[in-house]
Amino acid sequence: MAKSGGSKFSKAQYLKWYESMLLMRKFEEKCGQLYIQQKFGGFCHLYIGQEAVVAGTISACTKDDKHITAYRDHAHPLGLGMHPKFVMAELYGKATGCSKGKGGSMHMFDKELNMMGGHGIVGAQIPMGAGIAFAEKYKGTKNVAFCSFGDGAARQGALHETFNMAMTWKLPVIFIIENNNYAMGTSVQRTTNVTDLSKMGDSYEMPSESVDGMTVEAVHEAIARACDHARKGNGPTLLDIRTYRYKGHSMSDPQKYRTKEEVKNWQNQDPIDKVLDTIIKNKYATEKQIEAIQDRVKALVDESVEFAENSPLPDPSELYKDVYMQEDYPYVTE
Amino acid sequence: MRVIQFREALREAMSEEMRRDKNVYLMGEEVAEYNGAYKVSQGMLDEFGPERVIDTPIAELGFTGIAVGSAMNGLRPIVEFMTWNFAILAADQIINSAAKMLQMSGGQYSVPIVFRGGNGTAGQLAATHSQSFEAFYAHVPGLKVLTPSNPYDAKGLLKAAIRDNDPVVFLESEKMYGDKGEVPEGEYIIPIGQAKVKRTGADVTIVSFGKIIKIVDEAADALAAEGIHVEVIDLRTIRPWDEKTVIESVKKTNRLLIVEESWPVASIASEITFRVQRMAFDYLDAPIRRLMQSDTPFPFSTSLIEAALPNTGDVVRVVKELMYK
Repeated sequence: MAKSGGSKFSKAQYLKWYESMLLMRKFEEKCGQLYIQQKFGGFCHLYIGQEAVVAGTISACTKDDKHITAYRDHAHPLGLGMHPKFVMAELYGKATGCSKGKGGSMHMFDKELNMMGGHGIVGAQIPMGAGIAFAEKYKGTKNVAFCSFGDGAARQGALHETFNMAMTWKLPVIFIIENNNYAMGTSVQRTTNVTDLSKMGDSYEMPSESVDGMTVEAVHEAIARACDHARKGNGPTLLDIRTYRYKGHSMSDPQKYRTKEEVKNWQNQDPIDKVLDTIIKNKYATEKQIEAIQDRVKALVDESVEFAENSPLPDPSELYKDVYMQEDYPYVTE
Repeated sequence: MRVIQFREALREAMSEEMRRDKNVYLMGEEVAEYNGAYKVSQGMLDEFGPERVIDTPIAELGFTGIAVGSAMNGLRPIVEFMTWNFAILAADQIINSAAKMLQMSGGQYSVPIVFRGGNGTAGQLAATHSQSFEAFYAHVPGLKVLTPSNPYDAKGLLKAAIRDNDPVVFLESEKMYGDKGEVPEGEYIIPIGQAKVKRTGADVTIVSFGKIIKIVDEAADALAAEGIHVEVIDLRTIRPWDEKTVIESVKKTNRLLIVEESWPVASIASEITFRVQRMAFDYLDAPIRRLMQSDTPFPFSTSLIEAALPNTGDVVRVVKELMYK
């Protein structure tokens, strides 16, 4: 496993990681509360525990790189710098949401930030992510595509078809398994004979590594290596990033498939706590400055809820918009 | 006017559009070095090179998803399926990804892409290789569906499809690739959504599309010899279909027959029938009729194939029944 001491990164980087991950955590905690209060409907998959995966990816990429992920997608736009109010409004199905209230929890998009979705069909984003990279290569850019999916999606056949073509064509795509060990309620151990998911690229000779996903420095460094490899024209890398979701698969999950001790063990390596420890140990911030960050995050989350609550629902006329690019498409209405 | 094959018309459409727009590329099984399983893309590798004419492994779901992702990121792919039967493996990417991306992203990510290949029955290929997908894909909002029946339409419609900013399902036929027809030199576009009145007549309207329209043409000639004049409409675009042209014709003839090379249940004929009874009920002088292939998986044996598909005689017979003759 790739690990890092931590001293290689700047004070500013640590403070940025802390604030970004704390925002993801507090935002998701608020989502969980609001969902229980039935403030919004649909599914709701929280990213709590996995924050270092997004934070370490985004700190290692450039702004022109592209991002595509699965339905557990609230943290990715936050990490990319989207104001959380647009994510929250999307959860509420409001017209001001980042997908105009047309995508909901599983479909967060922002073209300005190169956030190419949130995708609800498990594993569908694996070939699409390679396709995004295909376009970058076709256009001759140095950009890479980050294609994230869970350990469950890794069992879709599309993964093998995509790995084969991505290696054959040396596409600049980085496959990130956000490996939280559970496909909904089914553990990796119960669904495969080969539990080391970093080996999944072996028959395509795809470079791969397992990464400590509870340590943001380790994620950053692995992503940086993979980016360097891809930008040189050498093709994809598979990163099996070992992480953990503290909450259930979705809000309706009784979590009978795992023990409280297991959850506790992972929480003991909490990625946000670790970053905060480093900040305190190295005196990167005073107690007051840390409190200021916490206050800022809380204010942002509160502002997001207020914004979402007060935003309008989409006008009914929006039903027939954004289905076709053709503006006068003749819909059948009876 | 010069006469070329259906496959040449398709090739001209793709090549002209690839010369015009460097973001257009062709991807599929055997499209490059083999020159196309049905020689549609013959010579295109030589002209455009391996970056733009791309052989894929046999992995419909994977390469279709790659094409969709590339379309989200600025390219305009043409995906060739050796037949549409194989594209069932890619239906997730066509139906769940391409058709819905624009809506679910709140209008931010369009998917300008053409999916094309052989569709429908093509001789003794048995059930899995003999299916028509017009109704299957026309059901899905977000897609457009085209079915040309001759080389002229094939070229003009494919060019329109490639320039269109929405995902287009383009249905051809292995049995039509060798068909010859008049295609002018130089560029032309046939707009999506416009049917063609192939033949005017006052007695019965016949709506059809794709290769089975040939039996309608033959029947129309036979009926004309008996003094019965049918109006033949080639739908060309299945979604959105040209309701106005069909309704206007039915208001004139008061009788409608639909001939479709597919199964009867939840077919394009079903949809046309609904719309015509809704919009022109008072004009109908007889119940709407349809001729479809049998409500069975398509057979292998020649005697069963003959029993499964409507023929020219069937069209003549039903037209006369519609006229109570």
